Amino acid sequence: MKLGFLVDLSLCMGCKGCEIACKVENEVPLSSWRLRVKYIDIGVFPETKRSFTPLRCNHCESAPCERICPVSALHYLENGIVNIDSSRCIGCAGCMMACPYGAIYMDPETNTADKCTYCAHRIESGMMPACVVVCPVEANIFGDIEDDNSHISRYIMEHKGAVQVRKPEKHTSPTHFYVGGGNQTLNPLAHQRLEGFSLFNNITHLEHVGDQHHSILDRFLAPFAGHAKLNNDNFTAMQENVETHSKEGGH
Amino acid sequence: MVENTIHATQAIVTLDVPIQGIVWGSIITVNMWAKSIGTGVVFLAAYLLYRHKKESMPNLRWIMPVIAFIALNVFLFFTLIDLHQPYRMIHIYTHPHWTSSITVGAWLASLFLGLVTVLLLIGVADAFPTLGGKNCKMSALARKNSAVYEKIMPFLVFLAIPVTTYTAIIMAQSSARELWQAPAEVMQMLWAAFMAGSAALILVSGSWSKEARKDLAFVLTIAVFFSFAMYMSEYFFSFKSSEAEATLAFVHAGGAYNVEFWTGMTLGFIIPFFLGLSSIKSDNITLLRLAAILALVGLFLVKDVWLKIPQMLPLS
Ligand code: SF4
Ligand code: SF4
Ligand code: SF4
Repeated sequence: MKLGFLVDLSLCMGCKGCEIACKVENEVPLSSWRLRVKYIDIGVFPETKRSFTPLRCNHCESAPCERICPVSALHYLENGIVNIDSSRCIGCAGCMMACPYGAIYMDPETNTADKCTYCAHRIESGMMPACVVVCPVEANIFGDIEDDNSHISRYIMEHKGAVQVRKPEKHTSPTHFYVGGGNQTLNPLAHQRLEGFSLFNNITHLEHVGDQHHSILDRFLAPFAGHAKLNNDNFTAMQENVETHSKEGGH
Repeated sequence: MVENTIHATQAIVTLDVPIQGIVWGSIITVNMWAKSIGTGVVFLAAYLLYRHKKESMPNLRWIMPVIAFIALNVFLFFTLIDLHQPYRMIHIYTHPHWTSSITVGAWLASLFLGLVTVLLLIGVADAFPTLGGKNCKMSALARKNSAVYEKIMPFLVFLAIPVTTYTAIIMAQSSARELWQAPAEVMQMLWAAFMAGSAALILVSGSWSKEARKDLAFVLTIAVFFSFAMYMSEYFFSFKSSEAEATLAFVHAGGAYNVEFWTGMTLGFIIPFFLGLSSIKSDNITLLRLAAILALVGLFLVKDVWLKIPQMLPLS
C-alpha cells in the first residue's frame, strides 16, 4: 500500500476550505501552514485568469527530509506516509534545508519541525484526510496508488500525460500529483512574488523561525522556567513588519 | 526576490501565505568558520612538523591543541544554540540516524574534540611543568603519557579530513538549496580549513623560525588563491540550474549581499594573496599578521553570503 494525493487544479476554485480544515484538524498555529492554496494571476488584461494551487508535503518516496534528519524524527510509515515524531525532533532545521518544496515549518508553539502527515492519525482510524473531506468540488483525491482500482489510480490512468509532480528534477519521487497545472503554477520560479503586492495581506516572508517571542536563551531556560502562554496575539505582532516589506520592493 | 518569470505569461502571485526567510543564519556561519580553524590548525601543524624541526616552532606542540580546542568548542556551542530544542542534542547520540550527515558529522566532531583534548592536556602539561602544582594528578598523568601525543597526531590529521568536509555533505543533502549542490563544496571546505588554519597559526608564530613562517605564508597564499578561483568560477559560470542562477542573482544584482560578498573577497582573498606573496619573499611579521586577520574576516563574510543567498528563493 502506498498512499498518494492528486489535486485536479481544473476543479479547484480556491475556496481555501482545505487550508482551514487542515488548520483546525491539526491545530496548526498561526503563522504556520501544512497546506496552503496559492493564487497566481496569469496574463495581461483582458486576457487574464487566476489559478489556485493547493500545496502540501509530497510524501516523497525518496525524501531528502527523511535522509537528513539526524534523529529519525522524520520517518516512513508502512503506507508510504513521511511522518514526523515531534518528541524526537531536536529543531536543527536540517529538514527545512532539505525539502525542495518548503513543506516543513518550525512550529512556533513546540519549537519542533512539523508538516502535513497525510493526516496519518485519521488514516489509522479509517478516515480520509480532513482536507479531502472538506473539498466541495472533490478536487483533492486521496488513496492507494499501488491499487489499480483505487479512485486515485484510475484518475491517474485517465489523465496519463497530463499528470505532473512538482520539481521532478529533484528526484524525490513525490506521491502527490497534479492534473491541470502548468509550469506557471507549479514552478515557483516561473511566477513573480512581489513584496507587498498581495490580496488581503502584504506579508510575503516570515522574519522568524519557530517561536519568535523567546530568545535563544529562553530555549535553554524553558524546561525550568516555563514559557509564557502563547496566544493568537503573539503571532499577530508580525503585522508590524508590513511597512518594511512594502518599502523593499513591489508596488 | 528574484524569479525567472517568462515575461509573456505575466504570472504573479496574488495571494499566498508568508513563506520562510533565512532559516540557517549567521550562527551557522560561525559554526562553519570556527570548524575551519579547529581542523585547519591540525593540518597545518602536521605539515609544519613534517617539514621543520620542533625547535623552530617552540610553542606549536601546545598552542595548536589550545587553538583547536577553543575553535571546536565555539563550533559545538554555536551548533547547540542554533537548535530549537538544545537539550535534545543528546538524541543525536541516543537515536542516531546514519544516513544523515548531521549525525555522522556530530559523532566525528565529538571524537575529534576528544582527541584534541588529550593533545591539549599533554601539550600544556609538558610545556608548563609547574602548572597545577606538584600534586596535580592530571598533569602528572599527562606528562607520564607524553608519547601518546605523537601517536594520536596521525589519527587526528586523518580524522580532520571528514570533520572539515562533512559540512559539504550536509549542504549536498540540503537538496532545496541548489547552489550548494556542488562537488566543489568539498574542496572549498578544505581550502577554507587551510586558509583558517594557516591564518590562526600565523598569529602565534612570532617566536618561530623564518622558514616555518614562510611555509605558513605559502599555504595561506595558495589556499586563498585556489579558493578565490573556485568562488569566481561558481560566481561567473554557474549555469548548472535556473535555481542556482537565480540565487546568484542576489549577489550579481547589487544590494547588501553584493557588498558583503565583494568586501569578503577583497579582504579575505585578494589582499591576503598579495600580502602573503610578499611575505614569502621577505619575512615581514606585521604584514603577514595583517593578511591572517583579513583572511579570517573575509572568509567569514563570504561563507555568510554563500550560506544565506540560497535561502532567499521561494521553494514553492
Ligand atoms: S515534500 Fe518535503 S517534507 Fe514532504 S516528504 Fe518530500 S522532502 Fe519531505
Ligand atoms: S528539525 Fe527535527 S525533524 Fe527536522 S531534521 Fe532536525 S531533528 Fe529532524
Ligand atoms: S492531509 Fe491532513 S495534514 Fe495534510 S494537508 Fe490535508 S488536512 Fe493537512
